[in-house]
Amino acid sequence: MAIIEVNRLTRAFGDFIAVKEVTFSVERGEIFGFLGANGAGKTTCIRMLIGLLAPTSGEARVAGFDVYTQPEQIKRNIGYMSQRFSLYEDLTVRENIRFYGGIYGLSNRAIKEKTAELLEELGLTGVRDERIRSLPLGWRQKLAFSVAILHDPEIVFLDEPTGGVDPIIRRQFWDLIYEASAQGVTVFVTTHYMDEAEYCDRVSIMVDGRIEAIGPPGELKRKFGVDTMNEVFLRLARGGAETAAETAAQGGGG
Amino acid sequence: MRTILFLLQKEFLQIFRNRAMLPIIFVMPLIQLLVLSFAATFEVKNTTVSLIDEDGSTTSRRLVEHFEASGYFTVVHRTFSTAEADAAMQRGDVRMILHIPPDFERDLRLTGTAPVQLILDAQDGAAAGVVQAYAARILTAYSRDVRVDFVVPPPDPVAQPVIDVVFSHWYNPDLNYQFYMVPGILVLLVTMIGTFLSSMNVVREKEIGTIEQLNVTPIRKRDFIIGKLVPFWILALVELSAGLVVAKVVFHVPMLGNLWLVYGLTGVYLVGMLGLGLWISTITETQQQAMFISWFIMVVFILMSGLFTPIESMPGWAQKLTLLNPIAYFIEIMRRVLLKGAGFWDVQAQFWALVTFAVILVTLAVRQYHKVSA
Repeated sequence: MAIIEVNRLTRAFGDFIAVKEVTFSVERGEIFGFLGANGAGKTTCIRMLIGLLAPTSGEARVAGFDVYTQPEQIKRNIGYMSQRFSLYEDLTVRENIRFYGGIYGLSNRAIKEKTAELLEELGLTGVRDERIRSLPLGWRQKLAFSVAILHDPEIVFLDEPTGGVDPIIRRQFWDLIYEASAQGVTVFVTTHYMDEAEYCDRVSIMVDGRIEAIGPPGELKRKFGVDTMNEVFLRLARGGAETAAETAAQGGGG
Repeated sequence: MRTILFLLQKEFLQIFRNRAMLPIIFVMPLIQLLVLSFAATFEVKNTTVSLIDEDGSTTSRRLVEHFEASGYFTVVHRTFSTAEADAAMQRGDVRMILHIPPDFERDLRLTGTAPVQLILDAQDGAAAGVVQAYAARILTAYSRDVRVDFVVPPPDPVAQPVIDVVFSHWYNPDLNYQFYMVPGILVLLVTMIGTFLSSMNVVREKEIGTIEQLNVTPIRKRDFIIGKLVPFWILALVELSAGLVVAKVVFHVPMLGNLWLVYGLTGVYLVGMLGLGLWISTITETQQQAMFISWFIMVVFILMSGLFTPIESMPGWAQKLTLLNPIAYFIEIMRRVLLKGAGFWDVQAQFWALVTFAVILVTLAVRQYHKVSA
């Protein structure tokens, strides 16, 4: 049973079509990698799914709710962590947790319990009264993720969650993702680190606003006859670039 | 409702943690109130005078004493040459020349009238007008004294009835200029704190990216707006209280009206001005843009508010424009309530104007704020 269903979803900004008739679905409990080069349309697509951006055409349902008519219901059932940190840098760890917990309607008691649990799990108990500004990037990312799933959403959307940190910290971050996934949260993650793509149950690769390939990493590697997701990605991305170059050449010749 | 409490808690934490903003919020306004109220006055004191007393009589000397005793004039230069007096004015040493012609006393005794010449440095026309008014007042008072002294019967009592105008200055009998200015400057404080802070606030969340995080939460638009308005509403009212204390303690401004009425009306006024700030916040992308637009609007509103120049002396089209200026209404309200002890019914018209502004500006802000971009 698909928890995200997207059918011919399109978004145009003036003449520029950022997302072109994208169709795909994500199953409940999956870790779905949403890959693509910078500017391929990943963020635009994710913003439509979480109700921040109105689609131009097409259909999409998230957690059973329509993106056009029920964006508020969608928001109650999803978590979101963006590439720009969503935490307030001038508030402390505890204050951030309390604020987001409160906004999502958690009871005071639930907020208290969740806070203790989360600090313990992330090993942040010692810095719970430190301001976010003073924490290292990797800690902030882990905390932002935990805050995004504080209200036990059905799906969590992660938009390039691990930008700017080393592979060890990225690996630790992915441990958190697995843990959430094991508890039944569907994970929808965009990234351009291809080692991360290997961790996903299924990935889609977006090139110039279209989804050019979709499937489990192993299957895609076999299909393209390569050993790593990196090579799959390069082939598709280069293919897109070549196609674009050809089109341009033809346009110039005709 | 609970959501609003969490929002308020967060906003207050952020406000009190911002070390750069705290002094701006709490100290600057009071400094402004003190400095502006002492400085912004139309009273012209210590006008320097060059005296040409060609009469040199007791009467002329007494006239000069009257000028000096008034506290507005100081004779710094005495001469018998008009050229020298002109030169003193040219140099900027004196701002007025008082020329008493020869035979001043004699003419006054014999005919009951005698000319005196006043030459004013009128580079600043308004100030010159004020000085002229002071001088005229002194001359009138003096001529009344002299008339009693000399007991000169008017040459033709029937043809020259004397109209004696008796002025009585109501609501500010001592013509204390600060009484007039302080309530207006209080309005400025409350306005600037409210509008600037609220206009910077939402746009700041845009800049750091947290607005996006808030927009993916199920937070209600109404709760969000209230959560953003209430903190600055409270701050501005605290500011008003501090300002009222200074007005009372430092400037001894009479507070004839009901203070609850002052707070109530300020509350309504602030809703409008915070709505304006919030609206600016929603149409801009950076704090710089928000600051610039708020500043532009504020300057126009303040200069046309009647704080420094009376609305009655503006050209007709400008007077009509002030009908769209919430600051003008609120200054009018504050002056009338504080200085004249006006009650609610006396400022009803202004009250409804403020309500209208509040409704329009908040509606604009609410309509402009979207959780979903189109």
